[in-house]
Amino acid sequence: MSTALLTDLTIFILALLVGIEVIGKVPATLHTPLMSATNAIHGIVLVGALLIGVTAHTVVGYILAFVAAVFASANVVGGYVVTGRMLKMFRRKAPEPQPELESLNGHKGLKGLAGKIGIGREQP
Amino acid sequence: MSGFTGYIQLVYVLTAALFVVGLHLMNSPATARRGNQVALTGMVIAVIATFVLMIHEGTVTTTGWIVLIAGALIGSAVGLRAARTVKMTAMPQLVSAFNSVGGGAAALVAIYGYYEAESRAGGVLGTTTVFTVLDVLIGSVTFSGSIIAAGKLQGFMPSQPIIFKGGRLINVALAVIAVGTGAYLFSTASLPAMLILVLAALAFGVMMVLPIGGADMPVVISLLNAFTGTAVAMAGFVIGNWALIVAGALVGASGSILTKLMADAMNRSLANIIVGGFGTGDSVVAIGGPVDAQVRSIAADDAAIQLAYASKVIIVPGYGLAAAQAQHGVAELAKVLEHHGVEVSYAIHPVAGRMPGHMNVLLAEANVPYPQLKEMDEINPEFARTDVALVIGANDVTNPAARRPGNEISGMPILDVDQAKSIIVVKRSMGHGYAGIDNELYYNPKTSMYFADAKKAMAELTAAVKTLVG
Repeated sequence: MSTALLTDLTIFILALLVGIEVIGKVPATLHTPLMSATNAIHGIVLVGALLIGVTAHTVVGYILAFVAAVFASANVVGGYVVTGRMLKMFRRKAPEPQPELESLNGHKGLKGLAGKIGIGREQP
Repeated sequence: MSGFTGYIQLVYVLTAALFVVGLHLMNSPATARRGNQVALTGMVIAVIATFVLMIHEGTVTTTGWIVLIAGALIGSAVGLRAARTVKMTAMPQLVSAFNSVGGGAAALVAIYGYYEAESRAGGVLGTTTVFTVLDVLIGSVTFSGSIIAAGKLQGFMPSQPIIFKGGRLINVALAVIAVGTGAYLFSTASLPAMLILVLAALAFGVMMVLPIGGADMPVVISLLNAFTGTAVAMAGFVIGNWALIVAGALVGASGSILTKLMADAMNRSLANIIVGGFGTGDSVVAIGGPVDAQVRSIAADDAAIQLAYASKVIIVPGYGLAAAQAQHGVAELAKVLEHHGVEVSYAIHPVAGRMPGHMNVLLAEANVPYPQLKEMDEINPEFARTDVALVIGANDVTNPAARRPGNEISGMPILDVDQAKSIIVVKRSMGHGYAGIDNELYYNPKTSMYFADAKKAMAELTAAVKTLVG
């Protein structure tokens, strides 16, 4: 077994363990964006697709390089854009129809509390 | 490793680190966007480094450059368009499509490596063959399997399990052919054998996903995601690139964790899901539900009164909600209730959508603030002090029969909806859920059935609540 292979294997195993540790902390709310983000990350295979070009000099080589480049770049670009689109939708508070000042946040909290203890229920 | 390629490899290590940091930032909705940007930065750095390496090597032919750049531009345009226009309900299909092309590209990298090495004087290198075979095998299975999964989700083909006589025998035969050819390739360099391996793996991918039904898709997509990651890692071994190895391992880990979470949420083993056929109706038995029991049907006005005079309401959304495009209607109703001082939260079962976390994205799109979206374990203790549980388009995940042994869903973790003081179920008919059994919740004396299409029901309820509270 060569040193290079041993190094590669070590990196693979350690990355797997890091992955389990890091991904385990992602809340269920974010599982779809997570999957989409990891989707974009495996688009790194684009590097592999590009490197085909270093040695390709036959028709078969060019075709394989072309298809791999199409696949991988669609994966990368699409993956990041759609993940960003999804994450932009996650808001802590519902957007208000009318513009509100930051300082009103405390007031909103009070209103929520009032709701919880039943004040304002009699409002028509 | 010469000095220059050593530096490039260092850049790839930086990329790998940025991927890890990016994924780490995904642990909270507040930092997740930054996480995606960090991971993107890693990707851009890696691509630039690769171009630098290619220019430095100086062996890329003019045709090679044209082919690669044209391919990258076309791919980017397709990916960009898909990402910009996709509806959130169609997210599982898109993720499946990206799994497919990712796995396909990984397989192509190994196929090319093999083809190129085979044409050289030295022949195929022994140690790379294991990874080449694994890459081609997993990558091809992912490619075709994901296409079938996306097709089922998109409705190009029926989402029911497709099962025919001898199907499993064909599966076994294909697996034997693929593994056998792979083993043969270890000892003998042969392009035709490689071609057989590819074809057998592609066919196996199709056959693997065909018998799996629509509601099992969260598991299938997660599994194919793990496959893609593994294929990319194997491609990394083939070309000796650390960025690919680390990225592939990360995705493999992520996909595996999600697969396990989804399978656990349905209390079914992965093997059971892959064998497929669940919910085809061949094993449906009446489970001794209260046959003589009556269901209570109510109209919008009565439901609105219950909701308006509650102090705590939990909304239980299921896939039926998304199918009826009612997520905005639900959010609107919740807003009116909250404005009136009712505490509203959402109980999200892990398999409420067609992929992990899908329901959360659908509700986030409808401007539901994410702190209101509660996971199953978090919300279950709260049902007991809830005035009204409003179930919309969810069925099996609310069935108390799951707590008893001896039926299709025994042992499946469910939302404790029946603990609420009263329950309103919005549903079009008394039809069965995916498991094909009666939902005992509907016969509960505390339950009122509001028979209507979810979208229409939400509009009526919102209007009725508005009239009540002025």
